[in-house]
Amino acid sequence: MLVDRFNGAVRKLPVWGVYGIGALPLASVIWLAVQGNLGGDPVGTLERDLGLWALRLLILALCISPLRRFVGMNLIRFRRALGVLTFVYAALHLTVWVTLDLAFRWGEIFAALTKRPFIIVGMIAFVAMVPLVLTSNNWSVRRLGAAAWQRLHKVTYLAAGLGALHFVMLSKVWKPELIAYTAVMVVLLALRLVPKGRRRTALV
Amino acid sequence: MPFRPDNSLTRADVTPKQLWLNRRHLLLGAGAAFAAGPGFAQAVKSPFSTTEEPNTLEDIGSYNNYYEFGFGKEDPAAYASSLTTTPWSIEIGGLVDKPGTYDLADILSQVTLEERIYRFRCVEAWSMIVPWNGFELASLLNRVGVQAEAKYVAFETVVRPEEMPGQKTAALDWPYREGLRLDEAMHPLTILATGIYGEPMPNQNGAPIRLVVPWKYGFKSIKSIVKISLVADMPETTWNMQNAQEYGFYSNVNPAVDHPRWSQASERRIGAGLFGGRVDTLPFNGYADQVAQLYAGQDLKVDY
Repeated sequence: MLVDRFNGAVRKLPVWGVYGIGALPLASVIWLAVQGNLGGDPVGTLERDLGLWALRLLILALCISPLRRFVGMNLIRFRRALGVLTFVYAALHLTVWVTLDLAFRWGEIFAALTKRPFIIVGMIAFVAMVPLVLTSNNWSVRRLGAAAWQRLHKVTYLAAGLGALHFVMLSKVWKPELIAYTAVMVVLLALRLVPKGRRRTALV
Repeated sequence: MPFRPDNSLTRADVTPKQLWLNRRHLLLGAGAAFAAGPGFAQAVKSPFSTTEEPNTLEDIGSYNNYYEFGFGKEDPAAYASSLTTTPWSIEIGGLVDKPGTYDLADILSQVTLEERIYRFRCVEAWSMIVPWNGFELASLLNRVGVQAEAKYVAFETVVRPEEMPGQKTAALDWPYREGLRLDEAMHPLTILATGIYGEPMPNQNGAPIRLVVPWKYGFKSIKSIVKISLVADMPETTWNMQNAQEYGFYSNVNPAVDHPRWSQASERRIGAGLFGGRVDTLPFNGYADQVAQLYAGQDLKVDY
């Protein structure tokens, strides 16, 4: 069956390859920054690009389970790398915000964290990812037990929803890009609501 | 021997622009020289200009909000070349003595072009310094004769979806509309700009003619104007129609009045680089001395 051959091939790919590919956008943006080629507003561009990559990686991570469940493609091995990369990009996005955008203006930073809903939403999304990244290792799965670990990692859905909401709330108009991200996120989260009674089936 | 370029020339060797343009004038004739843009080389310097260093033309022309050409900051530079800016005329009407459709060349033939180096502050909390070339809106309004009942000036941007692809979306309610109270419109700081750095206005900056009201958030400085109307009632303005809670009619730059979603207390300077940090936003974008009196008695938290 086609999907079995796919799964067989994929088993041979190294996980570090995902980390390598996932680091490429970061390397690219650092290169552009060093060259001074981020345009007239390098801070805004950097902040936005890091945030968008976090969202994209999270979307990719959220595709893995539905692909296995509804299509039979098994990419579970790569999910942890995608999740960890999501956290790294989100952490860099937050770091740029604090150090370059608000430039350590602590009064404004704390005002933003307490008064601006879109910032609060983003911050909750980030904080929610901390226990997830800390438990993204085999030791944690063993300590917690698979069932508890899986329950904890459902917090991913909260982080994902809030991440998309953060993006919506900071936008001024519903541009096509925003509509696309929101729609994809809604679909991926909604797929989790499909009742689990059915056996896993492959299309081919 | 490999070719080595001569690097001994310095800025001091550059032919002064005035001289260079005058030579072209002699070679090509008066008409051709003005084809490059009326009178930019002769733009009069103004005491209203700031002494701060202007942004580069590259920055000014590559970082724009002009949704008619797309939603990204780089989109207007990429797509605005599709806009045809000649011929161009402005329909001036409403409560004026001499309504009519005025050809742009006709309008410009009766004004003195000045260089106005202004601070420009976007509502998104970024800012630039732009060396506009333009003339006071008041001179055009006086030419057409403002009638006593007129209280506001309304402006409209051109609508050409075939040249401005963003207008095929419903992101904003086209045409882009803006308005000023009459005293704001007649204020000497308020200009209609036709160029930057002595060059004709780049399309992405609102060619061929746009408003600049430097003490207000940038979206009030409407671009590519085709209609000016003198009216008695406060006109509709696009961003106010889009979200009245966030974008008021006045939209004066005010660090004490936050946008509902973000602070207006500080701004990022375009061109300051990765480590440029932020600067404190000034009341009325630093033009308080010239304009604060227009709002005496108004609560600027209500009239935002």
